[in-house]
Amino acid sequence: MTTAAQASHDTDHDHDPGAVHAHIMPPRILLGVYGALVVLTVLTVAVAYLELGKLNIWAAMIIAVIKASLVVLYFMHLKYDNLFNGVVLITALIFVALFIAVTMMDTAEYKPNENQPGTRVMMTSQNGG
Amino acid sequence: MSSTEQTLAADSHAGHNGHHDPHLAHHFDTPEQQYTSGKLGMWMFLGTEVLMFGGLFCAYAVYRHNHPEVFEYAHQYLDRKLGAINTLVLITSSLTMAWGVRAAQMGKRGLLVALLLLTILGGAGFMFIKTIEYSTKWREHIFIGSGNVFYESNPETKPQSVNGLEEEALHINEAKPETVATVKVEPDVVDPNAGTPDAALIKPPNITPAGLSEKVKAGVTERMSYNSLVKQDQTRVYTFFAIYFFMTGLHGVHVLVGMGLITWILVRAARNEFGPTYFTPVDLVGLYWHLVDLIWIFLFPLLYLIH
Repeated sequence: MTTAAQASHDTDHDHDPGAVHAHIMPPRILLGVYGALVVLTVLTVAVAYLELGKLNIWAAMIIAVIKASLVVLYFMHLKYDNLFNGVVLITALIFVALFIAVTMMDTAEYKPNENQPGTRVMMTSQNGG
Repeated sequence: MSSTEQTLAADSHAGHNGHHDPHLAHHFDTPEQQYTSGKLGMWMFLGTEVLMFGGLFCAYAVYRHNHPEVFEYAHQYLDRKLGAINTLVLITSSLTMAWGVRAAQMGKRGLLVALLLLTILGGAGFMFIKTIEYSTKWREHIFIGSGNVFYESNPETKPQSVNGLEEEALHINEAKPETVATVKVEPDVVDPNAGTPDAALIKPPNITPAGLSEKVKAGVTERMSYNSLVKQDQTRVYTFFAIYFFMTGLHGVHVLVGMGLITWILVRAARNEFGPTYFTPVDLVGLYWHLVDLIWIFLFPLLYLIH
């Protein structure tokens, strides 16, 4: 256990067997995270108006992931929480990533069909198979 | 098991029951153990929630990859300003919830009640704005499946009266006076240069499907016109709205459930049930509320900010 955690526990009931030892989030961090979330929301709207081509979606997703991480780590206390709770969340996220990635691997096997605009065709086939 | 052991177990239990916390369930040794178990259970549940939404995000990814133009065109009908305001409303209610957990941990009853009220207010504000968005779309027939103006006014997809049953269904639809006007299909604009090499050089006329009111047409900053979509993509525009309504609808249901749970916590907080030794329900409902916020953090740019 880190000294910081011990220090914060010293203010609680120290050796009370009925006490629940949980991290109490200081207002400074709560407000700081809130400010960052508001700034990132404004940023994600601003970025949407820039012409970045394929980068637009990546910029939006990177900002969303940063915002989500802030919420998870601080508002949801995961930074100070039992490691196993984090493992549960990461596991769910890995399976979602796996699900989407494998499905997209199949989707990427198709290209726009030049003979018939608006339809798609297998990469390997020559015409409309 | 020997009789001595049984006696010992019974004794220790009796002794335990004598002074223990009324919130401590029988099958836990300490409040700490109960708290960490509850939290693990909640995280497991949140994991399944992530998986459930994951399916919808997967449908979104496949459809957007296959038909990027459809997404770019159709998302113009969503109100960016309202979406952004709703993001801020939800983030603010997340802050009041996180602060509420702090208040519960420190045993500040009045502050906890005030913060939970603010959180419910945030949820209600979110749902109010969502209702404005939904009802605008409902009025304009921008809805799911065959209720969508892009579906019902497209000659390729509009319902055909092949048998009596469908005809009857159509008549029921036409009974509403405002519906009659909206399902009429505008005649195609004849391009005098059609078929000539010049055709490709001329900017396509800016036609939106019949049935959309002038107000909504004017509200759309047409960076991309309906006519710039190829014919097959025009028949698919309504699918974007199916994805939009399913994702935001499931999210909206979660907001409503969250508001219900926070109301329950609010009543218990008012009865002074929470304090430094027992705040698990506040903490767990808080986790749920933050998850709802998390989902929206991804939905907002994916649906409203397509470029």
